[in-house]
Amino acid sequence: MNSSQQPGLISQSPRLRISLYFLLVAATCLLIADISVTSINPMLEMQRFFAAWLKPDTDIIGIAAEALLITAAFALLGVALAAIGGLLIATQFQHRWLRMLCAGLRSVHEIFWALIFLQCFGLHPLTGLLAIALPYSGVFAKVYAEILEDVSPGPSRVIATNNSRITNLCYSQIAQAWPHLVSYTRYRFECGIRSSAILGFIGLPTLGYYLEASFSQGYYSEVASLLLLFFVLIATIRIWCHKRLMPIWLLSSPWLILSDYFNPAGQANIQWQNIERFFTSDIIPAPLRHAASFWEYDSFIALFQWCEKILTGQILPGLWNTLILTQIALVATGILALLLFPLASKLFVNNTGRSGGKLLLIIARSTPEYLLAYMLLQLWGPSMLPAIVALALHNGALIAHLLAKRSEHMPLRKDTPSGVNRYGYEVLPRLYNPFMAILFYRWEVIMRETAILGILGIHTLGFFVDSAIQEIRFDVALLLIISAALLNILVDYLAGRLRKKLRLQQMSSC
Amino acid sequence: MRAPETVKLMFQTPEILFNNEFVMTLKKTLVACLAALSGSLVHASPTFVFTAIPDQDETRLKERFAKVSAYLETQLKTDVRFVPVKSYAAAITAFRNNQVQLAWFGGLSGVKARQLVPGAQAIAQGVEDPNFKSYFIAHNSTGLTDNADATSTTLPADIQGKTFTFGSKGSTSGRLMPEFYLRQQFNQAPDETFSRVGFSGNHSRTIALVETGAYQLGAVNYKVWDSSVAAGTVDTSKVKVIGETPAYPDYQWTVRGDLDSQFGEGFTAKVKQALLDMKDPDLLNSFPRKGFIPATNADFKPILEVGKQVGLID
Repeated sequence: MNSSQQPGLISQSPRLRISLYFLLVAATCLLIADISVTSINPMLEMQRFFAAWLKPDTDIIGIAAEALLITAAFALLGVALAAIGGLLIATQFQHRWLRMLCAGLRSVHEIFWALIFLQCFGLHPLTGLLAIALPYSGVFAKVYAEILEDVSPGPSRVIATNNSRITNLCYSQIAQAWPHLVSYTRYRFECGIRSSAILGFIGLPTLGYYLEASFSQGYYSEVASLLLLFFVLIATIRIWCHKRLMPIWLLSSPWLILSDYFNPAGQANIQWQNIERFFTSDIIPAPLRHAASFWEYDSFIALFQWCEKILTGQILPGLWNTLILTQIALVATGILALLLFPLASKLFVNNTGRSGGKLLLIIARSTPEYLLAYMLLQLWGPSMLPAIVALALHNGALIAHLLAKRSEHMPLRKDTPSGVNRYGYEVLPRLYNPFMAILFYRWEVIMRETAILGILGIHTLGFFVDSAIQEIRFDVALLLIISAALLNILVDYLAGRLRKKLRLQQMSSC
Repeated sequence: MRAPETVKLMFQTPEILFNNEFVMTLKKTLVACLAALSGSLVHASPTFVFTAIPDQDETRLKERFAKVSAYLETQLKTDVRFVPVKSYAAAITAFRNNQVQLAWFGGLSGVKARQLVPGAQAIAQGVEDPNFKSYFIAHNSTGLTDNADATSTTLPADIQGKTFTFGSKGSTSGRLMPEFYLRQQFNQAPDETFSRVGFSGNHSRTIALVETGAYQLGAVNYKVWDSSVAAGTVDTSKVKVIGETPAYPDYQWTVRGDLDSQFGEGFTAKVKQALLDMKDPDLLNSFPRKGFIPATNADFKPILEVGKQVGLID
């Protein structure tokens, strides 16, 4: 625990104060947020949905297995590329521009990246690969650099000084940090599978493709089969992702994602002129693109008006809704995590109950937010409510899982109380620090997801990005994506400052 | 790791390679992999690829275009492939990027695609397409369905303040034309007329969402509505037509201008003829259209004008 902490309530108060402040902001946001269940008979649809889980469709299992294979292949290659890239960057992380580049890479959501690459490469596998590899390498670089920083400097001092920096790196830093690097990469691979599945929603042949098709037609028993298999895939990662199997997976994955059979839509060739056109024409702001001369006074006036129109009509409303939704979802996530973690902790429930709790948390955290929000939107109708519940469920379960693990390592006194008293007076106060640290890490993640959920119809930034892309206005889309990225970087920075101010420990693996 | 070994094998002398049967198989697999790799990077034998805007349920689209694909293959005597996409914009982008050479577009998506691909031409449209229309539908709980005149092009003033869903953001019959006529009648943007405006994604979803009451009103392609009613997939005791738009030109087949240079002289004419010759009722019913007639780019000028007015086209 935090050794700098003094006993007494006063030293606790900054954390409590910040928590209360966040709670207050969320409550205010709740008042102005658009929250309602608009479907006339939500229960009927929910009943249909849950009834379908009792008799999942077996005809779709073949398709589902193929989709999952492709999903895993995209995730594996994307994450592998990102890990290599991330490690290379991490060793050079002292350069400010590299740190900024990585912050930029990871501040743009996978789906936004995919939407950009879709314009250049079409449905070619490269689109999916880069959409995962780019943001993930930004994350890897940062976390790997943190891990490498933490290793003991002893061995590198022992290694003879005339050795190159590379030798030093390989035999001292990386060698020491290896277990941590591997465990973090493993964790991100699970995230990669979720990202890869979601990319199907925009047309890649991964799981999301079939889920979207089945769900939008109300074939809930197909949805149930697809999701059940997806949960099995995630739950058994440790088995099929054994390190002896890795070479086989890595060698077969490129073949899988390129193959005509598994990926018929991705067979079109990459054409250089499409890439060139995207960068030299599509993303140039319309007033400049159509202007006779670049440096005319008139074109600058037109550019200014263009920017102003997008700022007031799209960026500001989008940012506003994104912020509101993020703050509500963040606090809801926190509350849910605190409520859920006892279910999976042996301090509170017996073994049977714990398995149930763990299963619940696995299901909630392995279902991507985007998917949850999509499902809830179909069932409850459009408003911010499905998005809030989806974000809180996924992130809450994830944090609860981490807290439960932590609580089990907590030494308790022999005469410790049990039940609610144990929770309130013993465990919660001791877990509150790591809890806040994790939550602040998730803040930026939640915001990135919030922006994306706009694609589903909630008026966050993603809604306007999607509209711009549907109108084939990539200049507008890019401007919106950049504003979303800047907002993310800002929140990331703010969270970092708060962590430092509250002297919360570093907790990169969340 | 296996990779370095295989790479090493490639550089060994042929005698050693031929000695071992296992190595042979390995080599074959490797060559096959490389061929698969290069096949997708380098231009292989040209396959004629087409797509369509995802305006309806995926199952219906797949069924429809599998038939069209088989038909075109026999008519054109070349490999034909249908590529499904998830959005209207993706269909336009694929066409623009020459990843597909033919597309079944809506009015708006077709106009946009032809703007982006100089030389692209509309070659055929459904018999019904020059006089297409959209229906406005409403859930029974709104009370608007009781005395509704389904053929009226003026909507009741009571629809103001209700919730409303369009189809896809890039749809002609699900968005552009209904929005245009709503703007004309109420002199304001739809999100000022209605308390909530959504985009369902496609026409089947619009019907489903209004039927469950998730939205009180919606705008839908009349063909999709009529065929859903005929197929019994919509519960007309819950949702009814309360009005329609005036007629406008909509769907069409559009080809890229460089088709002849890619597939040989006269290919465009061949494709056009094949589409016009489509007479199999089973095939036509899957659209559903009575048949196909010639189309030109100029037929869709009204859509361009409306698109500019509504602000969906620059």
